[in-house]
Parts: sequence; C-alpha cells; structure tokens
Amino acid sequence: MATVFLPYALRKYADGAERVEVPAKTLRELVDNLEAAHPGTREHLVEDDRLKPGLAAIVGHVATRRGLLQKLDSDTEVHFITAISGG
Amino acid sequence: MVATFEPKTDYRVVGTRPIRHDGYDKVTGRAIYGGDMKLPGLIWGVMVRSPHAHANIKSIDTSAAEAMDGVFAVITGADMPKAPSKLVDLGEGNINFKWASNKLMAAEKVLYRGHPVAAVAAVDRYVAEEAARKVVVEYEVLPSVTNVVDALKPDAPILLDDLVGDDLGEDVTNTNMAAHVRHEFGDVEGAMSSAAHTIEREYNMQMVHQGYIEPHNATAHWDEEDRIKVWTSTQGAFPARTQIAGILQVDVSRVKVTPLEIGGGFGGKIPVYFEPIAALLSKKSQRPVKMVMERTAVFETTGPTPGARMIIKLGADANGKLTAATADIWFEAGANPGAFIGPAAMCVYAPYEIQNTRIDGWDVLVNKPKVAPYRAPGSPQVAFAMESAVDELCEQAGWDSMQFRIDNASKEGTRRGDGVLFSKIGMQEVLDAAKASDHWNSPLGDAPEGKVRGRGIANGYWFNIGLKSSANLAVNADGTVQLTEGSTDIGGSRTSMAMHVAEVLGLDAHDVRPVVGDTESVGFTDVTGGSRTTYATGYACWQAANNLVDVLKERVAILWDIKPEDVDFNDGLFSSKAESAKTIGFKELAGKLDDLGGPANSTGAVDLESAGDGFGMHIADVEIDLGTGKTDVIRYTAIQDVGTAIHPSYVEGQLQGGSVQGIGWALNEEYFMQDDGRMANSSFLDYRMPTSLDLPQIDTVLVEVPNPLHPYGVRGVGETPICPPIPAIANAIKDATGKRLYNTPMNPGSIVESLK
Repeated sequence: MATVFLPYALRKYADGAERVEVPAKTLRELVDNLEAAHPGTREHLVEDDRLKPGLAAIVGHVATRRGLLQKLDSDTEVHFITAISGG
Repeated sequence: MVATFEPKTDYRVVGTRPIRHDGYDKVTGRAIYGGDMKLPGLIWGVMVRSPHAHANIKSIDTSAAEAMDGVFAVITGADMPKAPSKLVDLGEGNINFKWASNKLMAAEKVLYRGHPVAAVAAVDRYVAEEAARKVVVEYEVLPSVTNVVDALKPDAPILLDDLVGDDLGEDVTNTNMAAHVRHEFGDVEGAMSSAAHTIEREYNMQMVHQGYIEPHNATAHWDEEDRIKVWTSTQGAFPARTQIAGILQVDVSRVKVTPLEIGGGFGGKIPVYFEPIAALLSKKSQRPVKMVMERTAVFETTGPTPGARMIIKLGADANGKLTAATADIWFEAGANPGAFIGPAAMCVYAPYEIQNTRIDGWDVLVNKPKVAPYRAPGSPQVAFAMESAVDELCEQAGWDSMQFRIDNASKEGTRRGDGVLFSKIGMQEVLDAAKASDHWNSPLGDAPEGKVRGRGIANGYWFNIGLKSSANLAVNADGTVQLTEGSTDIGGSRTSMAMHVAEVLGLDAHDVRPVVGDTESVGFTDVTGGSRTTYATGYACWQAANNLVDVLKERVAILWDIKPEDVDFNDGLFSSKAESAKTIGFKELAGKLDDLGGPANSTGAVDLESAGDGFGMHIADVEIDLGTGKTDVIRYTAIQDVGTAIHPSYVEGQLQGGSVQGIGWALNEEYFMQDDGRMANSSFLDYRMPTSLDLPQIDTVLVEVPNPLHPYGVRGVGETPICPPIPAIANAIKDATGKRLYNTPMNPGSIVESLK
C-alpha cells in the first residue's frame, strides 16, 4: 500500500482526508486506483497520459523523474506538489 | 530506485583549490561575452517600449521608422507567432509559451512599464534608436496596480481578461489571483489554541532585482535554410532553445544556441527576453541581428523577485517546543502568473519540526515585470517572516533564540510544511557548528558614541534540484582529457566538473580541459540554477569518467592480450589482475591509443531527483548610527551544510555572494514604485546594492554532511545562503535598537522612523 498525501484541493474527493492508502506498484496504477476510490482526483493529476504540467510527484523523499512509470515500494508515501510555473 | 553512496574522505582532487580553467581569459578580458559578438553583416536591434504600466494599444504606426535610411526591419506584436497557452517543463519550473511570448512583445495590451510594443533593426545602434523613436503608438491608458493588496480588491483593474485563476481547485475569472494553494497537516486550530505562547505578525517586502552586472543580450541569425543560430548570455542553452523554439513555433532542432560567458544571472537569465525578437528581426532583414539591453530596461522589464505580504502565526508549549504554525503568503507575480508560492511553502517551516501546520499562498498579478527566479526563489521572503517571528516569540517567552532553534531543529524524518519527509539532512550539525563558532562565542564589543550594536541569527533553507545533465569526454594523445559539458559556468563550475573527472581518472584537475558546449555539441542539460550544477552535471562527469575507464580497460586488454574484466584501474594506473606487476599509467596508455583502436571517448547523462536539502545559519553583527539610521555590518558569518565541497573556494564564494545579496535586500534594495507604475530608481546609482566597500569579510564555516545521493556527497549550495541574511539583519537591528522592523528594506529612513 502506498500512502498518498492528498493536495488540499483534492481532499474534498476523499471526505476531507489528509492522506489515503492506495494499492499500487507504479505511479500510474496509483493514480488509476485513487480515481477508482475517489472519483474526480485523476483530472487534477494527469493530462495527456502524463503527470499534469506544473505538478511534481514526490515519491519517498525525492521528486520522481520517471513520471507515471515510477515504480513504488509497498510502503512508499507519495505527494503531489506544485512545481514552479510561470510565463 | 535512487542510487545511494557511502561517504568517503580520501580524495586526491576533490576538496583541493586548483586555479580556475577560465581564470586567465577572464582577468585579461579575452573571454567572449554577448557584448563582444561580431559577425559579417551584423546589424542592431532595438525595442520600442511602453511608457505606461497598463494600457490598451489602440494603434501602432511604423511607417516613418520603416522609411528611414539604414532601417532593415520593424516588427510588432502582429509579427509574433501565435504560441499556444500550454505549460512546458523548463527544468527549474514550467513556462506557458503564450504568456512568455506576450511578455516579449505586447499583442493588444501593455501590462508593465517598458513592455515591448515593437522592435527595429538597423545598420547600427544609433539609427535603430532613432527609428524606434519614430514608431508612433496610440495608447488608452488604464489604471494600474503595483501591490498585492490593491490587486485583490474587488474593483481592481484586471490585467489578463482571459486568466482563469485556481482557487484551491476551483476556477475563478475576472481576477488578478492566478492561484491560491494550501497545505494543512495536523490539528492546527487545536494546537494553536492550547499553545502556552503564541505570536502573530505581518511582514511586507518590496520587489528586488538580481542585479547582475552584464545586461541581457542576444545575437541571432535566421539563415537561408530556416535554421536559427543564437549566441546569448543564458543560464541554460537548452532551456533557452526550448523557449526560443516554443515562442517562435519551430522545431527545437532548427534552433542552435551557443552560450557565451555570463556576467551574472542568479536565476534572472533563465527566461529569454531578446532571443526570439532578434531572430524575427533577422528573418525579416535577412541579416544577423544583435541586441544589448540598456540598464533601465533591465530593471523595468526583466527578472525581479516577488514583493510580498506575509502573516505568520506561531504557537509553542511552555517548554519551548513549537507546536503549531500558520503562514499566509501573498506574492507579486508581475504581469504573468508564476510567483514562486510553491517553493515558499516548501521552505517556510523547513528548519523546524512542527506537527501542526497550515500554509496558504496566493500568486497575484500586478503591473510590474514578470518575476524570474532569484537565488532560492520564494525562500528569502518567508525566511524573513518566519525567522523574525521565531526571534520575537523567544523574546516574548524569555527563551534563548539559538537554543530554541536547536531544540526545534528539523532532522531526518521531519516533515516540511508541504508534507514531504526529510531524509538525511544537516540542520542540526549546522546549528551545532554555529553555536561552537568563533563568531558566536566572541563579544559584540562596545559601540562608539552615538551608535549601538546588535547581533542577529537566522536559519535558511533551499531544497535544491537535480534534473538533466550531460557530459562528453575524449582522451588526447598527450594524456589530457577534453571535457565538453552542458552547464553554463557562472561560479567556477567548469573547474568543479574537471575535478570530478580528474578524481576518477587519477589525473590533476588541469589535465582535464573543460568547455561549455552549445546545443549541437553536447547532450541536453538543464539550467545552471536550483543549486543543481555541481551536483547533477558533476554526477554526469563522474559517470562519463567511469565509462571512459571501461573503454580504456578494453584498450589495455588489447595491449596485454587479456580480457577487459581482467584489468584493474586504481588512482590513474591500469594493472593486470593476474600479474599485479604489469601496469600502465593513464598518460602512457593515451599515447598508445592509435594502435589500440583509436579515439577513446565516453559520455555521461543523468536525470536526477534531488540535489539534497540545504540548510544554513548566519550570524550578523551590526552597528547603527542612532542619528542617521545607517546600518554597518561589522561582522558576518555564514554556516552551511554543503555536503562535500568539491572546490572549497567556490563553495565559500557561493556563501559569501548569497550573503552579500541578502544583506543588500535587507538594508537597501527595493523597486521604488511611483503612483503611475513607474520605477523611480531604475539605475545602479539609485538602486543601491552593497559593494566591497560596504561590507566586512564574510566568514564561512563549511559543514560537510555528505549527500548519499551523489558519488562524492555533493549537496546544492548556491541558493541557501541568500535566505538567512534578511532575518539575521532584522534580528540584529532589533538587538541593537530595541525596535523590530517588519518591512524591507530596513533602510536608514525606516530605522530613524522606528526610533522616534
């Protein structure tokens, strides 16, 4: 089980939960299973089958460079945080 | 999974201080900067800029300019390709090409004073400037907003009519608020209400500029094959290429960027300003076009860091343990979204372990230039607020502020304000070193008559990034190695890269000849920024050097007629595993390569997750004239966890440079805005930055807690040191005068005012 720390804006899809447990072996599975359990979350995380631009996924301690292909350890925690964005 | 390395200390080259490879060219003036560029048939480009901070463009008449002798091309917003509104990863952040394009050349509306509305290319600079003056622009002037409070009022003038703001996941229109984000963990209200001691304060900071000496510049040639060649001063040739191609809507392979030497950037030379415009002028004139920005335009139209309004509330129990914190952070984005509220949220509580926290951040448009990264973008602002509040909480409760910071220090397993866990970090080691330092244990001394002295301390943090880097190696017949790497060298990184290679190969640093490649001579490399360069590009160099060892083992195997896996390599010497007496040195082998397969080359390429969290503490002693309010910094020490210092002089230089910039931000620097949105101090005469005459030697203490994510333990170092100076100075002023200042700059006028 991965522990997903939900961005504040997504907590409304999970009854206000700060974090939820999601079975997943990859980040793609995690996003899919999160959507199945808490509909409405996926569109905030993924665009064109990639992590949404402007979003960084932290797996464990570090920001993954593998995107949705990132493999997850069974007890990994995952955060989605805002990347630096602008114009 | 992420590779980790055991710490080691027995280095030959790492930790030494060789003379920088580019030193002679720099001190003799031979190094080539953008202003030195000359090409056959080169002409000059000049911008036509808006005198208004906010206005609709009713019409532009370029006919008189185009009719002038010596004028080859005039372009306006109508000539800009229509870039899509789409976020693209630039390494240290993302970019929306539509906004970026409009920033370079206004389409229908100007959003800040100096916003380009047209550009002219002519035979020389003087003709181009004369032609620019003949471009007639009719404006409908609109009310402007230059701070976050005014910009969020219900009746505020709206900058971008099509902006859809993101308010905690909900779309908002007709707004100057680009984004509102929140991080909340634990029971904040409960912890705050049960705290034995609380404090809540508001802090305000003015926008400041990076203040690099070399102005922006670019030379571009759009040739007959529709290939665009650009020579420019940039912090990243590849990200510049991405921006140029995106704004011009061409494939990246049609753009070649050659990075020239750079006279300072500090984040402000990650965005492009001239390059696409020079390219369009070149396409229209069919000549290479050179543009060099004047200083006023540098201030008015490029890369400041956000001004800010912040409210911090802290709660602690009776034993001096922080139990709750809230932060409300409003940052000025300038004329387009992107004000670094994400990094601010990552950094605000980072030096402390606090269980119950909330952070709200707002990204707010104002009629000022679009902000750009500036050394730890977003972190110095929140450090000023947080570290000032921590000191005031300690004053209120009667606690020692150094011990309080030690008792509440973050460590492995602590969560940042955005919820992310720290791995191995050096905050506690930094505080121990600060407490043991000569500075902390020396008396402040007596002030002369009419003056007072004070000492202040503050923590600082930057998360440091990894990302993509590439390096190529080639062995020369004389036993030296040619290194081509992709990172712009701002602070001596060329030599640090060479040292990574030399350490692996058993060579001296000067046996490796480093050059910074263009976008067609080395693989993709992200920006020199985010404190990533020595970490990530150094890692690529280390990888390339190890790959080169493998290549050379194959050549030794040919020489000795054995298998490559039967060859050992240690400290510059190849040996046979079967016959240890059979050896050949690196340099001798290099001379034999012609008979052993010819050229021996290798590459390294990485895409790394993180450069390891960076923590620092600074100690500042100030002396203040009670009559004039002038503050002199009389002693200053920067203490920082630097992982492993590859070239200690460069690391010390980073700590000193960041400290000086932070001191300037604290005491003097600001965008002094007039009511009409005009910056009143857009020259180095009036925009007061500290010089060597203003400051004492900045002492440094390098705390080396090796980063397990790098083969030599390197941690990013360049950005953390700009975070503690502002609050350290604020706390020192309070210690000296008894008066606390909540706004920057803390200039003589504000100090005199506080003493009334």
